[in-house]
Amino acid sequence: MGCTAEDLVTAIRAVAATVAEHRVELIQLDRAIGDGDHGENLDRGFKAVLAAFEQSTPDSPSAVLKTVATTLISKVGGAAGPLYGTAFLRASAAVKDRAELGPADVTEALTAALGGVVARGKAELGDKTMVDALDPAVKAASGDTVAEVLAAAADAASEGADATVPLVARKGRASYLGERSAGHMDPGARSTSLLLRAFAEVAAQ
Amino acid sequence: MSRVGLVVVSHSAALAAGVVEVAAQMAPDVTVVAAGGTADGGVGTDFDTVTSAIEQADDGAGVVLLYDLGSARMVAEMAMELADNARLADAPLVEGTVAAAVSAQGGADVVEVTHAAEDAAGMPGSTAPNGSEPDAAPKGGVVGAVDVSGSMSLAAAPAEVAVTLTNEIGLHARPAALVARAMTGLDAAVTVHFGDLTADGRSVLALMGLGARGGDQVRVSATGPQAGEALRTFQDLAARNFDE
Repeated sequence: MGCTAEDLVTAIRAVAATVAEHRVELIQLDRAIGDGDHGENLDRGFKAVLAAFEQSTPDSPSAVLKTVATTLISKVGGAAGPLYGTAFLRASAAVKDRAELGPADVTEALTAALGGVVARGKAELGDKTMVDALDPAVKAASGDTVAEVLAAAADAASEGADATVPLVARKGRASYLGERSAGHMDPGARSTSLLLRAFAEVAAQ
Repeated sequence: MSRVGLVVVSHSAALAAGVVEVAAQMAPDVTVVAAGGTADGGVGTDFDTVTSAIEQADDGAGVVLLYDLGSARMVAEMAMELADNARLADAPLVEGTVAAAVSAQGGADVVEVTHAAEDAAGMPGSTAPNGSEPDAAPKGGVVGAVDVSGSMSLAAAPAEVAVTLTNEIGLHARPAALVARAMTGLDAAVTVHFGDLTADGRSVLALMGLGARGGDQVRVSATGPQAGEALRTFQDLAARNFDE
């Protein structure tokens, strides 16, 4: 059973709901070590994505991902828009011309997404950024079904996000705090793990 | 013939439009599209504006993007991910756009146009400021070579002509662009000498940097298979007062 454009839209709706639900948590995480707008920005971005789906329904998984990408880039300020936007943009390009996504396609899309985030943000593993959630997720992303791949990725992302707590930030606004950035989870890593969890839960249904 | 298109990515709609205005005068057949300001008319750069500007500028030969400030670069890079054949030029916005436009007008491909823009960073080309290169080597070398070429025995030796500029502004903006465009289409390395200064005949900025005005005499040297044609072309343009 592959993942169709329709399935992907369902997953993105779940992502939007998750982001809305965790909006305050993300704001608080970001307020501790950033400028406090991460939850607000992502929530606004994914609400705009839902509005874009109302306007026109993309007819392939790649087109769904592209709509998410361009909307996030246009609507989300700060670093999150360009970073998540590029992640979805690269994922879209990776699965171009495929009507349904199988487990290998999902792994490929996640790998491309990580490549986009690294290219755009220039962050490395351990810098206390979303890369710390996405990189282990990509490494763990394997399985016989889409649901298995995403469950493994989500678990690894969650562990990766937890592991950012003691880290000292070396990229992004949190890096201005130096040592004081330790002791807080990175909001970008947290939102990445939330996104992957939402994808995994939809795939498991 | 399809030419490379240009997109000017700026934080200001007015700035982008102004750069496009200047470039369009130099290269009338090149599509140069302004992508400045936010969607609501404020200061900033807008992803959708840049994306549609790229589509508008692409005539099949690809697009080169130029940008003003750091975050405009990021927006340009993201928009380029959606394009088939787009390149980013790290160049000063005005000089780079003008150099790119002239290069595109001459039929250069995206790589060449990008290089033309980026070479404008060290403008004006090979031109040295007055006095900084006393008795510059090119001058002596060229003169010596001409003596040899009198016998027509060495194909590689540069041919040279002296040309008096009879139009009022000399090798300024439009005339310089006209020369650069004409030279870009020829298989010849053309150098224009004025006093102690030299300029690549294909570089509109270097030509303008010579500061040669009406009444001044410049020397034009050329090497390559079409060197003779290049010199004749220059003479023709000057005789026509560069169509001023």
